[in-house]
Amino acid sequence: MAQRDVGLILMRQLASGLAVPTLIADESGDLLFFNEPAELVLGRRFDEMGYLHGGEFARSFALRDEHGDPLPEDQVPLRVAMRELRAVHRRVVFRGFDGVDRKVEITAFPLLGAGGHLTGVVAMFWERKQ
Amino acid sequence: MTDGQAADDRSMRVSLWGTRGSIASAGPDTVAYGGNTSCVEVEGRDGTIVILDAGTGIRRVGDTYKEPRRIDILLTHLHMDHIQGLGFFAPFFEKDFEVHVWGPPSTTEGLRARLSRYLSPPLFPVRLRDVAARLELHDVPREPFEVGGLEIDGDVVIHPGQTVGYRISDGAATVAYLPDHEPALGANGMPTDPAWTSGHDLAAGADLLIHDAQYTADEYEERVGWGHSRISDAVGLAQMAGAKRLVTFHHDPAHDDHELDRMVEDARAMATDGLEILPGREGAVFRA
Repeated sequence: MAQRDVGLILMRQLASGLAVPTLIADESGDLLFFNEPAELVLGRRFDEMGYLHGGEFARSFALRDEHGDPLPEDQVPLRVAMRELRAVHRRVVFRGFDGVDRKVEITAFPLLGAGGHLTGVVAMFWERKQ
Repeated sequence: MTDGQAADDRSMRVSLWGTRGSIASAGPDTVAYGGNTSCVEVEGRDGTIVILDAGTGIRRVGDTYKEPRRIDILLTHLHMDHIQGLGFFAPFFEKDFEVHVWGPPSTTEGLRARLSRYLSPPLFPVRLRDVAARLELHDVPREPFEVGGLEIDGDVVIHPGQTVGYRISDGAATVAYLPDHEPALGANGMPTDPAWTSGHDLAAGADLLIHDAQYTADEYEERVGWGHSRISDAVGLAQMAGAKRLVTFHHDPAHDDHELDRMVEDARAMATDGLEILPGREGAVFRA
């Protein structure tokens, strides 16, 4: 496997030291990493995950908007951040790998390399208590 | 001085003109390893010359070019110890020379503007725009590029500020140059996974890896995040990447020749799988 961009390497290292649930995908949206706090939110340990293509990963959570309506794939925060190269913040409901529904706010933002090119995208989860 | 390998005129010649990190450190205690800051000259089989970094060591390199020619200077980054010699590079002031300077890209300022912060008053009397040589400045592209018979790949590595390392190949051999690099900052307990190790692809399978080896393990504990490697990480990266020979580089200005010899011996004790550890001494010439 080719070496990852240094921005992604440093982001993963930062994420692994954060208490905020954080997920990192590559420039195609394919899952690269999520940290231990995110394991609690997503309902599965990262090391138990197989390779998941971006679309597959989003679909596996049955994402809904805050009214409970299904969220189209092109409105998934990670997808929007990647497509429009901007930060996105959105309330969603999703079903974790453990079958538990969770209400979260997601902040997603693109990672741009030294030349301004997209190297990946980051999503942070803020669990809503009610 | 050569590394003892049979000199082959058809191989790349790699000359160390400055191996010191951070600040020039001339003195009686640094005679063997030298006091000039980063500068390495690579000459390809076809006579192509690229100079890696323009620390104070570049002054003496410039004096060796008697006839007008093209010279490419590849800057890893713009910290002073890597550019301070630019203003003393003789071909800059010869109108028949063609000098190309390559540096890491930035989304905020061009390379000319960034270099001009140093090469202009009050820090320097001559402005970059006033050099006599035909001067061209380039951002290092994301894709490999060619200079004469050399293929060059520049990629971002972990070091404060925009910094690249270089991988230079002539089709037969490969030299990797990562003088300022802290891969341990991006990995817990490196070496771990090549895909998540800064610098891995630049160093992969290199015949000669010139790498930051500034600190001992104890020193590194106090300097995490400063952008440099303990010598064990240089050995770890070299082995993970399958490099054949590791040249220690970017020596701490506080380390005298005896300390650097000790560090090289420590590195040799760590090295396995046939990795050869070579002391990065100013004046050394290697064949790759």
